[in-house]
Formats: sequence, structure tokens, C-alpha cells
Amino acid sequence: MRPWDALHAAALALVENPVRTLLTLLGVIIGVACVVSMAAIGAGAQQRISEEIGAFGANVLVVNPGATRKDGVSSATGDQKSLTLADAEAIAGLATIAAAAASDFGKVQVVAKNRNWSTTVNGTNVRHFAIRQWTIGSGRAFSPEEEVSAAKVAVIGATAAEHLFGADDPIGQVVRILNTPFTVIGVMKPKGMAFGGQDQDDVVFVPIAAAAVRLIGGANTVNHDAVAYILASARSSDWMGYAVDDVTRLLRQRHDRGTRDDDFTVTTASSALAAQESSTRTVALLLGSVALFSLLVGGISIMNIMLVCVTERTPEIGLRLAIGARPRDVAFQFLLEATALSALGGLVGVILGSVAAVIVTRVLGWPVLVRPEMVAAALGLAAAFGVGFGWYPAWRASLLQPVDALRAR
Amino acid sequence: MLISAQDISRRYGAADLPFFALRPTSLEIEAGAFVAVVGASGSGKSTLMALLGLLDRPSSGRLLFEGRETTALRPDATARIRNRRIGFIFQQYHLLARMTVLRNVELPLVYAGESPRNRRRRAEAALESVGLTAKFHAMPANLSGGEQQRVAIARAIAADPVLLLADEPTGALDSTSGEGVLGLIEALNAQGRTVVMVTHDSGVAARARRVIRMRDGEIVSDGPADPETRHPERAAS
Repeated sequence: MRPWDALHAAALALVENPVRTLLTLLGVIIGVACVVSMAAIGAGAQQRISEEIGAFGANVLVVNPGATRKDGVSSATGDQKSLTLADAEAIAGLATIAAAAASDFGKVQVVAKNRNWSTTVNGTNVRHFAIRQWTIGSGRAFSPEEEVSAAKVAVIGATAAEHLFGADDPIGQVVRILNTPFTVIGVMKPKGMAFGGQDQDDVVFVPIAAAAVRLIGGANTVNHDAVAYILASARSSDWMGYAVDDVTRLLRQRHDRGTRDDDFTVTTASSALAAQESSTRTVALLLGSVALFSLLVGGISIMNIMLVCVTERTPEIGLRLAIGARPRDVAFQFLLEATALSALGGLVGVILGSVAAVIVTRVLGWPVLVRPEMVAAALGLAAAFGVGFGWYPAWRASLLQPVDALRAR
Repeated sequence: MLISAQDISRRYGAADLPFFALRPTSLEIEAGAFVAVVGASGSGKSTLMALLGLLDRPSSGRLLFEGRETTALRPDATARIRNRRIGFIFQQYHLLARMTVLRNVELPLVYAGESPRNRRRRAEAALESVGLTAKFHAMPANLSGGEQQRVAIARAIAADPVLLLADEPTGALDSTSGEGVLGLIEALNAQGRTVVMVTHDSGVAARARRVIRMRDGEIVSDGPADPETRHPERAAS
């Protein structure tokens, strides 16, 4: 029997009872659709995480003020400004660290002519840009003199530039931050979204000295040197572990922590995102297991229906054997029907799963990625379930004796 | 000799309490013969036909088909003999309802591995020979009983077998359709094909040249048909 003839016979048998075929397909359709949509969501999240690690810098570490406990009262992480400019300078001096930059920031209203925009004002220095591998799109960065003299100059992100100046060139223009005029000397190249949907380009950078004296730090009457966080880069991504240890040891010593807990936290881009990745993986695994069980149920329903088919079509099997079909031809035909059923279910499932993934993207704004190899794997899995669960009914059909099969009612 | 059966039997049940559907039986059928196997229900005639058609294996004895011992053959080998050398005609036609007349007739040729063009040509020729030229693309359900049996005959001869085995070929037909089918079978025998026809109807059996009568799993008589009942009109009445 030629393969095409077997395929044609299988198609005719499936079309003969369309409702039953459709109901049998449902289990596989749901299973494969789940597999495809979950894999698409998982792959999308995975891709975004790796993009963000790449964008943030694989060798970047962030030091934040930690939670502290004083007189039995706990404060939240970052509430205490335990980090200072001097800490940043000390970190920069470590052998494992290439550069360090202190930053202080706050959300404020920025005004340019008749436009205003609420954005993040970040007081830092040019090393911040180098650490984050963020380059100037037009204009220039702060000069060392401007950093030291708390000059009223600003480098703005692409989003802030668009909202404050529209199509106009921002270079040389003035923005008022908390009523203090700052001259725009540069615009950063677009950086895109950070994890969690935060727009990294919605920012205005000013020299940290200017921020401390004229803006954010002005409110901090206790400690003008306090900073919100310190950004640093290890000499290479392989040195990250050593760099984290060095920074921790240094700051514990500088903050005189003794046997007490750290009053700061050192986070790397990969460690922050790994936590996110881990939770994404857990959800994907959970939903993947549900999808696999769904496929299993679909496979069992195919086996059940194929067993019914073998019983129902026993006289047909008898006829086929009588006119020259070999037992293996009969087995192949039923196996092909089961495989065709599950492959068809797989195909519909892939389409539905992809549509579901697109809907998730649109409605929830989650990143989704449907990879061809993922689709092929889902289809292969469905077909394998078809072969696996179709084997037993096919084997039973092939064991029938022609004379008994012909006499069956 | 086309078929030579030596002490073949078919036994069911436990060894200590056997039931013989066919007691040890010997017979020979020469090429070109037209044999009717007659008997009441349960006489063993269908069992004999199943054994002669290699649809079943004898519990004992030897069965030679075209001089070749068949009882020890593997299922694939017996399938090949059935496919190339034997055509079956059943009382209930056994047509596949989801296939057109043409596809039904092509079926043995599909298992013979014939090319689509070849099997279509041969199936059309078979259908023309049974007078169903206009019904190639009809579905079996839209045909009369007589027409369905003609399709089954076309399917039986599509692969050009040497032996036709007919199990009650007129059993489900009215007398007119039955007469047409019997005429076709006679014509096929006249062309040189060996025909073994199982029937419970003595009138139909009388159309054969040799009649084997069976009772309780045994052959009770084997000889030429009664010339008095060979006339078609008498047989039909």
C-alpha cells in the first residue's frame, strides 16, 4: 500500500464522522494551544530578561542603602541614606572595580518654555554613563569643571526631550527644575524600557553636586554628601563575584558594622533579573505541566476513540484482510489515523495558541515570542502522542483474523 | 489442480471438549471448475469456504493452493495469495460506504501496490464487465442491492484472480437481481475462472457443474449437479 493511499484512507475515515473527529481533537487542541502559548510567553519573558541584562550591563552592580533597625524600629530598604559620595570614591578605588558613580534622584516637575513634564531628575557624573554603556546622542556630557562647580547644566533622555521640546533641538535651551534654570548640553541616545516597563529615557541628568546643593540634596539638611545609590562596574563580568565581595567588605568597614547586619545591599543586574527569571520559569513550568496533562488526556481520548473505531470497523478490517491487506497494512492505517488526528489537533492548537499569545501581548502587554522550533516541537509532541496512544488500537486491529473480522457485527 | 485439501479440519474449543466446525475432509478442485457447496445453516460450508480462501487456517491437514502448501505460510504470504489469486463475493457485499464505487473496486489493487493510473483503468474495465459503466462515481448507499453485488463482483475480479469464492451471492437479493448476479458468475466461469459458491439454495447450487453437499461439518455427497434443475428458469422458481 502506497503512503499516499494510506493517508487518503485515513482522511476518509476521519471525515466520515466529523463530530466525533472534532471532539477527539479537542483534547489535543487544548493541550497544544497551552504548550504553544505558555512557551511563547516564557520565551518572550526570557528574551526580554536577557536583553535587559545586556542593556543594563552584565558587569554592573548597584549599591543601595539597606533596611536598618534602630531602637527596635525597622525602616524599609532605601529609607536611610547610609551611602555617601565618599563611599563611591572608595568603591572606585577597589582593584576589582573599573568605575563607580554615585547618584541621587527624585521625581520633579521640569518646565521648558510653555511645556512641563514630570520626570526623574538624576544627579550623577559622567562615569554613570560609561558604566551603563549609555552614550550621548547629540551635544556633550558634563565636563569635570561643571561637575565640581555644581554647574546648572543638564543632559536629558530621549523621552524627556520629546515631551519638553517636541521636534525642536533641545541643545542650548533652558529647562527649569524646581525653579532653577539649567541649560541642556546633551541628549542621550534612546535606551528603551527597563524590566517592569520603566522608561529609561524619561530622565534628566544633572551634575551630582548641582543636585545636592540646588535640588534633591537641598532638602537633606542632615547629610549633603548622602546619595541614593552607587553604580559601579567590575573590571569584567567574570570578576563580578569578587567585586561584590570587595564592595561589601569595604562598606561594612567604612560603616563600622562590626557584627551588625549590612546597612546596604549590593545587587547585580543578573541577580535582580535572575529572581524575575526564576519566577517566570516557575509559572512556565506550572502551566507547562498543565499543558502536558491536557495533552495526555487528549492522547487517552484518541486511544479510546481508536479502540471504538477498531470495534466498529471490524467487518471493514475483515474485508481489507480478505482482499489482500497484510496485518501491518491494517496496523499502519489505524496508526496513521491516530497520528493524523493528533497532528491535526496539534496544528489547530498551534494556531489557537499563537492567537492566544498575541491576545496576551495586546491585552496584558506581556512580551511574547512564538519560535518556529517551538511550533515544530509542539507539533512533534502531538504527533508523538498520536503514535504512542494510537499504537495499541492499531496493534489490536492487526491481530484480527480475517474470518472472525468478516463475521463480526 | 487448483486446490487440494487433504484431511483438513477446523476445530474450536478446548482439546478435551472439541467442537468440529469441519471434520477432517479431503477434496480437490480443478482449475476452471464451477462448484457449489450446499448445506443447511451450521453444516460447515462457510468454514470450508474460509479455509479454501485462506481466510482461516485448518486445525489439521494440508491445503495446497496451485500446488503450494499454505497451512504454514506467514500471514503476509497468505495475504499476497488472497490479493493476487482469489476474489471474494460476500452475501452482504462488504462495500465501504465512504468510498465511491470506483474506489471500492480499486481497493484490492491498492494493496497490490498498483499505480493510481493502472488501478483506475483496471477498476473501470471490471465495472464495465459487470454493466456498471454509468456508476463509477456513485456512492454504494445510492445503489440497489443487485448493483451493490455487481460492484462487489467487479472488486473481486479487478485483480484478475484465478479463483472466485462466493458466499451466498444471491442471499440478499430479489429473484431478478439474483438471476443477474448468477448470470455474471456463470459468465466469469465461462471465461476460465474457477468458481466456488456457497449457498443453502439447491436451485442456485444447481447452476454449478459440481455440487458438494454438507451436513454437520462433513461432506455427504460430491458430484455433478442435477441436470434437471440446471435450467435458469427452474432454478429461479
